[in-house]
Formats: sequence, structure tokens, C-alpha cells
Amino acid sequence: MPVLEIQNLHVAYSSREGTELQALAGAGFALQQGEILGVLGESGSGKSTLAAALVKLLPPSGRITKGAVLFEGQDLLQANSEELRRVRGARIATIFQEPSLALHPTMRVGKQVHQVLAAHSAAGNGALRELTQETFSMLFSGDADRVAKSYPHQLSGGQRQRVLIAQAIVCHPSVIIADEPTASLDPTTQMEILGVFRTLQRKLALAMIFITHNPALLAGFADRVLVLYGGRVVECGPAEAVLASPQHPYTRALFKSIPANLEQGTNARKMKLPAIPGDASSLPQEGCSFEPRCTERMDTCRERRPALVNFAAAHTVSCFRCEK
Amino acid sequence: MQPLIKVENLCKRYARRSLLGAGEELLALDRVSFTILPGTTLAIVGESGSGKSTLALCLACLEHPTSGGIWFAEKEIANLSENELRKCRPQIQLIFQDPANSLNPRWNALEILLEPLAVQNKSTRAEMKHRASFLLERVGLSPEILKRSANELSGGQRQRLAIARALALEPKLLILDEALSALDCSVQAQIANLLLELQSSLGMTYLFITHDLAMAAHFADEIAVMNRGRIVEHGPAQKVLQQPGNETTRQLLAAIPRMSNATLPVPER
Amino acid sequence: MRYLLRRLGHAFLLLIGVSILAFFFATLAPGNYFDEMRLNPQIAPEAVAALRAQYQLDRPLPMRYVAWLNSTIHGEMGFSFAYNSAVAPLLISRARNTLLLTITATLLAWGIALPLGVWSAERLGRLPDRLLSWGTAALLVIPDLTLVLGLLVFAVKTGWFPPGGMVSVDFENLSSIQKVRDLMRHMTLPVVALVLSVLPLLVRHVRAAVADVLGAPFLLAAQGHGIRRRTLLYRYALPAAANPLISLFGFSIGTLLSGSLLIEVVMSWPGLGPLLLESILSRDVYVVIGGVLLSTLFLVGGNFLADMLLYWIDPRIRTESSAP
Repeated sequence: MPVLEIQNLHVAYSSREGTELQALAGAGFALQQGEILGVLGESGSGKSTLAAALVKLLPPSGRITKGAVLFEGQDLLQANSEELRRVRGARIATIFQEPSLALHPTMRVGKQVHQVLAAHSAAGNGALRELTQETFSMLFSGDADRVAKSYPHQLSGGQRQRVLIAQAIVCHPSVIIADEPTASLDPTTQMEILGVFRTLQRKLALAMIFITHNPALLAGFADRVLVLYGGRVVECGPAEAVLASPQHPYTRALFKSIPANLEQGTNARKMKLPAIPGDASSLPQEGCSFEPRCTERMDTCRERRPALVNFAAAHTVSCFRCEK
Repeated sequence: MQPLIKVENLCKRYARRSLLGAGEELLALDRVSFTILPGTTLAIVGESGSGKSTLALCLACLEHPTSGGIWFAEKEIANLSENELRKCRPQIQLIFQDPANSLNPRWNALEILLEPLAVQNKSTRAEMKHRASFLLERVGLSPEILKRSANELSGGQRQRLAIARALALEPKLLILDEALSALDCSVQAQIANLLLELQSSLGMTYLFITHDLAMAAHFADEIAVMNRGRIVEHGPAQKVLQQPGNETTRQLLAAIPRMSNATLPVPER
Repeated sequence: MRYLLRRLGHAFLLLIGVSILAFFFATLAPGNYFDEMRLNPQIAPEAVAALRAQYQLDRPLPMRYVAWLNSTIHGEMGFSFAYNSAVAPLLISRARNTLLLTITATLLAWGIALPLGVWSAERLGRLPDRLLSWGTAALLVIPDLTLVLGLLVFAVKTGWFPPGGMVSVDFENLSSIQKVRDLMRHMTLPVVALVLSVLPLLVRHVRAAVADVLGAPFLLAAQGHGIRRRTLLYRYALPAAANPLISLFGFSIGTLLSGSLLIEVVMSWPGLGPLLLESILSRDVYVVIGGVLLSTLFLVGGNFLADMLLYWIDPRIRTESSAP
């Protein structure tokens, strides 16, 4: 039984001029208990919209037009605001981007974690304080007390990120959604935080949706990888399968455009990277969304939209070239 | 060949004063020295707090170093007056990490491009407009972008616009301060290609500041690794990557996420 | 500590400077208190001259200033010709009446402006918010004098409130409870006038400050943690919006003595306002100087208080940030 299931999610934003921008056009997947699902997507793919839509935290200009989010036996999109509030933070925790902005600037970080507990628990202050201390010790070991009394501007980027993680796990949720949690961090801190996630996930049996635009972060970290493009799922499968042998032309082109092995010889340096031409700003209304930039396009790609089909065991792709 | 940039024993101290008067000194740059030959790329790699951004500001003459010297095309520029600096500023341009912050969101692309041209009194408005269109095409943007304002553009488009703006003054040295870090992976490849192409056709010299060793490896001729204000390792890119001599370099190399990773380094608590 | 002492030193120097300027302008203005007497044929010119000498109006300016300074240090602040008493006790008793009005009005105004501003900011752009904006704009546009006169007309027409004055004629004969009721009846209209005159600006500032914060990422993150709405507004949004409001509050304190002059005069409230007005008109020089100085003291004190509050409430000003 999947712990979280997204079905046919459609989200649109209305701009000031009155036009509608389709951010998600039928995204769907299932998250299994205890698995890390890596969602790979670049700007314009709809990944941040996905993170916000799952707990109905879209900005006022965004609307969920179709679809369902099934969690613990109910459709979250149909829930009322109090039911949603009880789910957020306690059952499904979200870690948004930019740790420096996601924390209240004038509240001590210990208090900020405490507030999350207080919002979902009727227990007394003493019990809550103990739980907060436990969580801090888990993430900060010896330094826990000093950090808990600090304000966000007194902490480093990595420490702030750990505070966000503390806020996310303190109520022992079943699902954590992390939207680019390591984007603004140094490489060594990035590795540290990934390690923290992995440890916690194993310890607390969490299911995690890890959203990023860098596929290399998912290697050795995610169990399954899902690729978003133009608001749709274009590929989904076990991490080793998708990362080692990607099937969708977008996924393949993306991996090729990353500066690869450092141990390569001099001839590879300062040569042009095989970048994907164009950008995702204007998607075609009909046919495959990736078709304008695809090097393997065929005539049918402009006329019809490919469906997600099974390429191999549990590995689905939406591309006509993979339909056998 | 004479180096385009020569930096010798550059030091920069910041005095930090809290509200109650107690002072604290921060040594952001500690006797930094290097040279860059024209037409090549030097990558400065390090983590936050290593002093890379301070180095960029000093080289772009936006900060005065506490001591040490900077020579640009044989001319000492570290201690020039503002008037004298104005003559050589066009030749050193800076591209920042976040184009949303370095481009005026209220201006459209044309105004953004016209600004440096107007400041340097280049020519008539019609000529400047023509040059602006030419610059846009040079960086791969269509001229119809001239009407759009900066916040209507994507990250990659904004960065291209920032590069076009920098090119308007025909600089010899381009300082890229984490210019690719805020972009998506595929867009990074596009912009990197553009920069490589500009270097080969215009003979540009780059100072590429980043914490992404992988991109530095691809992009640079030489790599200098910084830690706490000092250069701890400096050499040809190949050598630094394959035979790192310093612990900082080794740590940075180990921290690069690789597609071939089967196991993760031991998680730290 | 050094900062505090420095600020106090500045404040003291400022007061000295203001006293010199006030003394200078007040005494150099043509005419003096005894000019009225000179016009009266029944009083001999020698008597006027003698009075002038007695009150030292003949002495050169610097000497008079020093004499006044001396008198101030001894707690008298000069002499009032009209009331035939030391200035200080006169000012203090009148200031008490003014403060009774203004402190009540300030507390009421802030007490209404804060929840109203928060309520409006929550509904930014929607009908209730726009109605409130029009209402506050209308109030801002109406001159204070019109407001006060309107209230007076209301008092006279309905007879519910006394049209002016602070206490009834038979105040001394009333019991304690009746005295309090009498005072409150007389206070109502002036307080209402004061509140109406400062409320619109306060509400707009609170609304702007809170609206700014409501769009911030940390508030979205807190929503994602399932924090309750009330907590979000009052423990997260309002404290983060506090900085500009604290400066405004300091200004409110600063105008405690000076802001109600018009209302006091029109409604015959025996406060500092009417006293200053009549002293200016009759050239009761030392009362004028004393009044100006007292107002300045409050203004400087209010600013100082705001700075101290800001320092205490915002940890970013108080502590040094440690990490990049």
C-alpha cells in the first residue's frame, strides 16, 4: 500500500493579465512506505508547484483544477482547512527552499521547533520541551543547547538547514517533502545534510520526496527517481535504472549536459558541453512537450502526446520511441 | 606573454563592530598572490567564508584592499582614485550569482543595456540601441527581449542579459562570481558554452569563482583553492584534480556528488 | 552600556540647545508681558518700569538665560507673570490633565489599530480591506477641527456628553464614584476626537507592515508546519512586522504632550495646550519656554524609548551574526 498517492494533478496559475499558465498537467505517482523518491526537475517543470500543491499551500494565484492526493484514507484536496492543518507538519512535513528565509528572524530556533510541536500536541510544556531537546540532540549532538538558544542569523547555512529538518521530524510524520533542501549550501555541507536525511530516514522509517534539479545528488541516495518536464511525469523508475540508463530523450540530454568525470583527459576540458538547446519557457499545446528541443523527434511527436508506458519492470517512460 | 592580472600579497581586513563598541577583526584575504594570462581562465574554488567573493570585489575595484597590489595590464589599480579608476573600470566587469538582484527589476532589457553605454558616453541613442540588439544576439537572446523587464525572464535569460550588459563595455577581464551556481543544470551547460565561445572569439580572460569543482574542472585552465582567505593550492586544472596536494582540495573533491555513486560517504551527525 | 550613556548625553545636549533657542526666540519677539499695562492709563509708567525691573526684564539676554537656568536647576523653571507662581508646578499640573487624555487615547488607538490592521492585511486587496482603506482615507482627509466641532455639535444636540471642560461645576461635592463617572463623561469626546485623528495613520502603517510580512517565506513555512492561524498572526507575523511599528510607537509617545493642543483648546480641556496658547498671546515668556522644553523632553524621550525597545525586541540589532 502506498503511503501517499497523487493522481492526475492539474495546477494552473492565473497571471495579472488574465492568462492561465498550466504548471502541472496531470502529474501522478505513488510513494511507498519508507522509500526516498527523487523528483528531478528544472525551473518550469512544476516541481515546486508539486511540493506546494500536495499540502494545498499554493499562492493565491494558483488553483488545483483536477486531481486527487490520497493520504491515510482521505483525499487531501477535499479536506477542510482544519483537517489540512492537522496533517501539515504532523503527518506530512514540508521543507521549503532557502533555509535562511524559512526561519522566523526574531524567534529563537529552539522555540520555533517547539511551536511546531505545540501546534499538534495537547501535551504540557514540559513534555514538549523534552521532545524538542531530544530532536536537537539528534541533529546537533553536543552543540544542541547552544544552537537551540540561538537566532537564525547566528547560525551557518548548514545549521539552519538542520533546524528545518528538526522542525520537519519533531512530530514524527510519515512523509517529508523536501524542495531543493541543499541548493544554497556548500558542497561539503550538502553531503553532510544528505547523510543526515539518509540516517533519519532509516531510523524513523520515513517516506521522503526529495526535489532537486541536480541528478547527481540522487545517486546513491534515492530509491526511485521521477523526472518532471513541462508539468508532466516523463520518466519514473528505480534509481539505478533511471540514472544509469535513462530512456526519455530529456533525461538523457540532461545527464549528458552535466560536466562529467573529473578524471577525464585534457581533451574533454574546455570543450562545449552537449547542452539542451532552447528553454522550457514556451511549451507546445499539442504533442509532446519536449518535442521542440528533442534530438530524437519523430513526426508523431508533434501530433500526439505520448502516454506513460512500461518500459521495463516498474520503469515507465512517456516517449513514442520507447513504445514497443 | 605578460599576465593580464597580477595580484601580489593582497590582504583585506574587515573590522566588525557590535552595537556596544567592542571590535573584532576579520581577515578576509591573507596574502593572496596569483597571475592570469590573457585569454585563459583561472578558477578560484572554495567554500563560503573562504574569501572568494572578497577577492572578486577587490579585483573589480569595488573594495579597497588593506594591503598588497593589483596590476591590470601592467598598471597598478589597487590604490587609484575614483577618477583614475573610471578609465579602467570598463575593462573589468563583474557578473554576480543572482541576476535577480543585479538587474534592476523595473527596467526593461533595453534600459539595462543602455545604461553602461550611456555612462561611457559612447554615441547617439540610435547607435546605442543598435549595439544593444547586437549584444543580445551575441549572447543568444532574441531582440524582442528588449521590451521585456528583467523579472519576466527566466534565470538563464537573465544571466545572458547580465553577460550582454558586461560585454557592452568591451571588457578584457570578466569576473564570474558564482555566476552559474543559481542556474539549473542544463542551463548551466548552455551558459558555460556561451562563455567558452566568447572566450575563443573575443579572447576574454575569466576569473571563475565557484564552489562547484566539477564545473571548474571543465571550464578552467588553472585552479586555485582558497581556504580562510589563503590560497592553499594553485596549479594547472588537471594536476590539481588528479593529484590534490592539500586537504581542503581533497575534501572538496570528495564532496562532489557523482552520478556513479553507489554508496554515500558516512553520514555525519 | 556605553551606547546608552552616549544617547543620554546626546539627549541632554539637545535639551540645552532647545532651551537656548526657545529662550532666544521667545524673549526676542517684540513686546513683553507688561506692554498691556502700559496701554492702561490708570497705571503709572513708573509702576510699569518698576515691575519690569523687579522681574529683571531689563537685564541683558545671557544674564537672564543664566538666571533662568539657575531657577530651572532649583526646580522652578522661571516665573509666570500671569499666574504669579513658579512655572514648573503650573506646567506639571496642566501636563497631568493633558496626559490623562493622551495616554488614554494612545492606548485606545493602538488597541484598535493593531487588530484592525492585522485583519485588513490578511484580507489584502479584497472588499473588506478596500472599504477600510477608503474609511481611513476619509478620516485622514477630514481636518481635526471639523471633527472636533462635529463632536461638539453632537454633544449639544443629544445632551449625552458635556460640551467641554474637564469636570462639572459641582465636582467637589460628588462622591468618589460619581467623581470618576463625571471625569469619564467629560473625557469621552476629547478622547474620541484624539483617537479618530491618529487612528487612520496607525491602521495604515500596521496594515502595510503586516502585509509585507504575510508574504514572507518563513510564514509559508510555518503554515506548512500546521501552525494555527491565530499563532501565525500574533506570534509570527506581528513580531516580525514590529520594527517600523516600534518607531511609530516612539513617535506616539513623543507627541503625548503636543498632539492634543487643538482639541484641548476647542473643548476647553484645562491641559497644556490652552496654557501655552494664552501664554504665547500674553507674552508670559517663561511659561512658553518651559512648555516647549517639556514637549521636547517627551519627544526625545519617546525616540529614546523606541530605540531601546527596538534593541530589546530585535535580536538582529542586539547580537552579532557569527557565520557567513
